[in-house]
Amino acid sequence: MSTPLTENEPILEVENLVKHFPVRVGVAIKRTVGHVRAVDGVSFTLNKGETLGVVGESGCGKSTLAQVLMRLEPPTSGAVRFHGEDIFTKRGKDLKALRRQIQIVLQDPYTSLNPRMTVGDIIGEPFEIHPEVAPKGARRRKVQDLLDVVGLNPDFINRYPHQFSGGQRQRIGIARALALRPEVIICDEPVSALDVSIQAQVMNLLGDLQRDFGLSYIFIAHDLSVVRHLSDRVAVMYLGKVVEIGTEDEIYTRPSHPYTQALLSAVPVPDPAVRLGRKRIRLTGDVPSPVNPPSGCRFRTRCWKATDLCADEEPALEVRSGGHPSACHHAEEQYLLPT
Amino acid sequence: MTDPQAVATANAATPLVDAGAPGAPTTLDKPRSLASDAWHDLRRRPLFIVSAVLITALLVIAAFPQLFTSVDPSVGDLSKARDAPSPDAIFGYDALGRDVFARAIYGARVSIVVGVLATALTILIGGSLGLVAGFYGGRADSVLSRFADIFFGLPFVLGAIVILSTFRDVVGGDPVGITSIVIVSMAALGWPVTMRIMRSAAIAARNQDYVRAARGLGASPMRLIVRHMLPNCAAPVLVYATIALGAYIGAEATLSYLGIGLRDPVVSWGVMISEAQTSLRVAPTLLVFPGAFLVVTVLAFVMLGDAVRDAFDPKGR
Amino acid sequence: MGLSTNEPLLEVDDLYVEFHTRDGVATVLNGVSYSVGAGETLAVLGESGSGKSVTANTVMGILPMPPGRITKGAIRYRGEELLTAADERRRELRGENIAMIFQDALSALNPVYTIGFQIGEQLRTRRGMSKKDAEKRAVELLDQVGIPGAKQRVRSHPHEFSGGMRQRAMIAMSLALDPDVLIADEPTTALDVTVQAQIMDLLKDIQVERNMGLILITHDLGVVAEVADRIAVMYAGRIVENADVHALYANPCHPYTRALLESIPRLDSKGTQLRAIKGLPPNLTNIPSGCPFHPRCPMAVDRCRAVDPPLEALPGGRSSACLFAEELVRP
Repeated sequence: MSTPLTENEPILEVENLVKHFPVRVGVAIKRTVGHVRAVDGVSFTLNKGETLGVVGESGCGKSTLAQVLMRLEPPTSGAVRFHGEDIFTKRGKDLKALRRQIQIVLQDPYTSLNPRMTVGDIIGEPFEIHPEVAPKGARRRKVQDLLDVVGLNPDFINRYPHQFSGGQRQRIGIARALALRPEVIICDEPVSALDVSIQAQVMNLLGDLQRDFGLSYIFIAHDLSVVRHLSDRVAVMYLGKVVEIGTEDEIYTRPSHPYTQALLSAVPVPDPAVRLGRKRIRLTGDVPSPVNPPSGCRFRTRCWKATDLCADEEPALEVRSGGHPSACHHAEEQYLLPT
Repeated sequence: MTDPQAVATANAATPLVDAGAPGAPTTLDKPRSLASDAWHDLRRRPLFIVSAVLITALLVIAAFPQLFTSVDPSVGDLSKARDAPSPDAIFGYDALGRDVFARAIYGARVSIVVGVLATALTILIGGSLGLVAGFYGGRADSVLSRFADIFFGLPFVLGAIVILSTFRDVVGGDPVGITSIVIVSMAALGWPVTMRIMRSAAIAARNQDYVRAARGLGASPMRLIVRHMLPNCAAPVLVYATIALGAYIGAEATLSYLGIGLRDPVVSWGVMISEAQTSLRVAPTLLVFPGAFLVVTVLAFVMLGDAVRDAFDPKGR
Repeated sequence: MGLSTNEPLLEVDDLYVEFHTRDGVATVLNGVSYSVGAGETLAVLGESGSGKSVTANTVMGILPMPPGRITKGAIRYRGEELLTAADERRRELRGENIAMIFQDALSALNPVYTIGFQIGEQLRTRRGMSKKDAEKRAVELLDQVGIPGAKQRVRSHPHEFSGGMRQRAMIAMSLALDPDVLIADEPTTALDVTVQAQIMDLLKDIQVERNMGLILITHDLGVVAEVADRIAVMYAGRIVENADVHALYANPCHPYTRALLESIPRLDSKGTQLRAIKGLPPNLTNIPSGCPFHPRCPMAVDRCRAVDPPLEALPGGRSSACLFAEELVRP
C-alpha cells in the first residue's frame, strides 16, 4: 500500500521510548511499589507514505505506544521526532500545530464518538478547535466532503451516532481523523471490533485514503492477517519491546525471532488443506508480568531455544539472520507458511 | 473515492443489530438525539404522566395563588378560630383564625420555591466540584473528595439545627432572610451527594474514547469538560435532582415543624403542620390538609424521578 | 443407550425463535436445523445477529423467555424431545449430558468462590460426592486441561488466573459430569492468538479422548478450518449452507460463504484490495423480503427478492439455501 510519492524519507523517528506506569498501594497515603513497564525502550522509524504495522499480543505495549505517540500520555523517557523535531518538547501553539499533523483512529466504534453530538459536530470539531484550517462558512461543506470521502451519505450530517452501525461509526471516526489533513494517522485496532464482512470495507477505505491523501499509517492490531494486508513494514512487540522488525515479506515468510515464529504458527489459516502441512510451534506458560520482566531476553521463559546467554545478556535489536533486525541471540530465519 | 454501493445501501439499510440485542432503533428520516429518544419513552409511561400532571398543577398553584383563593393568608379573624370547614373556607380556620385553604395555597409557593432553589444550589455546587474532581483526578480530586467527606459526615437534621439556630437571631423576622437561610443550609448539607454522583460519572466519561479523541485533536480542558463530559454526566445528576427536590420539600417541612426552619411571617406546609400540633385533638383537619399536600407533592417528585431514571437507563434501549 | 454410531447425539429441528423488542418483533431464528454426532465437530459459523448464539442458548434452555419465544421446532438429545420435557429433566441434562462454555470466562465463573469449589459443587450435588473426593476430582480435571500446579491452583479464585488459564478452568468445569455434547460459544475470541491455539488444541484433544460431540460457535473462518469436520453457515437466523469442511472451503455453494471467504485477508498472501461485501447485516426486526442476503449478493436477481430459498440438498452430502446452488457446485 505504499504511495509512489516522494522519497522514502523518515517522517517519524521513535528513539528509545519508555513508558512506565507506577503501581501504587495504600489507602490514604500511597506508596509506589513497582512499575508496569508497558513500553520499555522502543525504537523505529516511519517513512513517508508507508504503513508500519505493529503486532503483538495483549500486554505487549502496543496500545500504550499509541497513547504516548499521540501525546495522550507523557513518556517516561525517550524521544519521538516528527520531521526532525522532538514532539515532547512542543508546547502551546506548537503543540496545537503538531496535533494537526498526527491523528488517531480508535478501536471501539461504540465509545469513540460522543453520543450527544451529531455526526456533523463530531467531524466538524477539529475545525472548531483549529479555526485557522477552515473559515466558519466553509466548514459545513468540508464536513460533507469528508462524509463523502469515507463513503457515507453527506445528508447524514445531522444524525446521531446511535443511528449508525459499527462499520459506519468507524468511518465517521476516520473522517474525524482526516479532517485536518494530517500526515500521520495512528490506527489503534481500527477493525477489531467489526464484523468480518465489514472489516474488508473499512480496510479498503483505509487503503484508498492512504493513496489519495498521501498518508502514513502506524497500524496497530493483534490480527496478523489484517496487519499483513495493509502494511509495508511490520514491527513485532513482546512485553514492551520490539523483538523483530522488517518488511512484511521478511516478517511473514522468513521470520527469524522465535516469538514471531510461534505467533505466525498459531494463526489459523482459513484453508483446511493446510492443516496437516503446517509447522506447529506451541508456546508453553504464560506471558510474564510486565512489572517484573525476566532478565536478559524477556522471551526466554517460553522459548525453546533459550540458553544461559539469554538470561545474562539482553539481545539487541540488530540485523541478524534474514537481513532484518531481530532481538535474539539465536535468531534463525524459518519458512513457516506453505507457499 | 465514494463506494457508491455502500452509500446506496447505507441510505436504504437500517443499522446493525448487536448479537445481544435484536432490534436496533430504526433510523427515521428525522435525526433522533438521545434526549428526544428519552422524551418519546417518557411520554408513554403512566408514572410519568401522573406525576407530570400533579407537578404542573402544583406549579400553577405556586405561580398563581390568586386563581385559587382571594383571601389573604396572613389575615386572621380570631372569632373564627378553629372553625370547621364550611362553604366559605373549605379547609376551615386555624388557631389564629386564618383561612387554612388560603394558607395551604400560598404555602405551596414557598414550599416549592424552597425545594427548587435548594436543589438548584446543590446541583450547582456539587456538580461543578464533582466535574472538576473527576476530570483532573490526582491531588485536586483527593482534596475535593476529602472536603466533601467532611460535609458528608454531618448528619442532616443535626447539622441543619446547628446552622439554623446559630443564624436565627441574625436573620430576625425578615421573610426573605428566613427563607434564604433555610435554602442555604439545606444545600450546604446536601451537596456532597451530587458531587459524588457527578464525580463518578466524570471519571467514567474521562476514560471514554471520544474524550481521548478530543484530547488528541487538541481540545482545551474547558471544551472537554463542557462539550464532552457535562452532557454525558448530566443524566444521573438530573435523576437524583428530581428525587432530591421531593426530599428537600420534605426536609424543609421537618425543619419548620421543629421550629427552626421557616416560621411566621413565612407560611409553608411545614409551618402549618407545626402550628397544627397544639390543636390536634380539637381540629385535626389543620394537620391533615397541609400534610396531604405535602405527601402528594413529595410523592409526585419521587415518581417523576423514577420515571426519568427508567427512561434514561441505557439498558432499556 | 442403543444409539448407533450414525445417529445424532443432538439434533436441532426447524427451530423458530422470536424476540419481542421495543421496536417490534425480531425473528431471530427462522427455521434452523442441524445435528452433531459423537466424535464430530460441527462449527456454526456466523456474524453478529446471525442467530448462532441464540440457537445454542435455546438448546441449553438458558434463553430469557420473555422477551424470547420459541414459536416452532424441536430439539432432541439422543432422540428425546427437550422442548416438551419438564423443567427438571432439562436441568438434569444440562451439565450432565450437554455442557456449554462461553466466551468470557470471567463473567461465566463466580468470582466469589474458588475454582475447586465451583467444579466440586456439581460433583457434590449431582453425584453425591464427599467434599474431599470432589476436590480430588477437581484437581484431576484441572490437570487434564493442562493447568500446571493443579493441586495448589484448585484453591484459587477466577480472577487469579490469566485469560487462557481461566478458559481452561471453565472447560474443566464443563467436563466434570462427563457430558456427551459440548457447546463452545466463541471460546477463544477474547484470547490472544497463541493462547487461542493452545485452547483449540485442548478442545480437540478432549473431544477425541471422550468421543464427544463438539458444537463450535464462531465467526472465525481460520479456527473453523483447523478444527471442524462439518460447518453450518448462518445468516439472518437461517442456515444458508451446510457442508463438510473440505468441501466448503474448496467449493462454497452459497454466495454469502463465497463472499466471506473472498473478503478476509490471508496470512499467507498479500493482495491489493479485499473483495468486500457491500451493504450492512440485516436488521432482524425488518428482514429483507425473499432471500435475506439479496441486498448484498453479487448474484441476486429479481426472483431472489420474492422467494426465500429453502435449504436444499446437493450431491455430496451438503446443502445450500440459494436459488443458484446447483450452478455453484463444481464436480
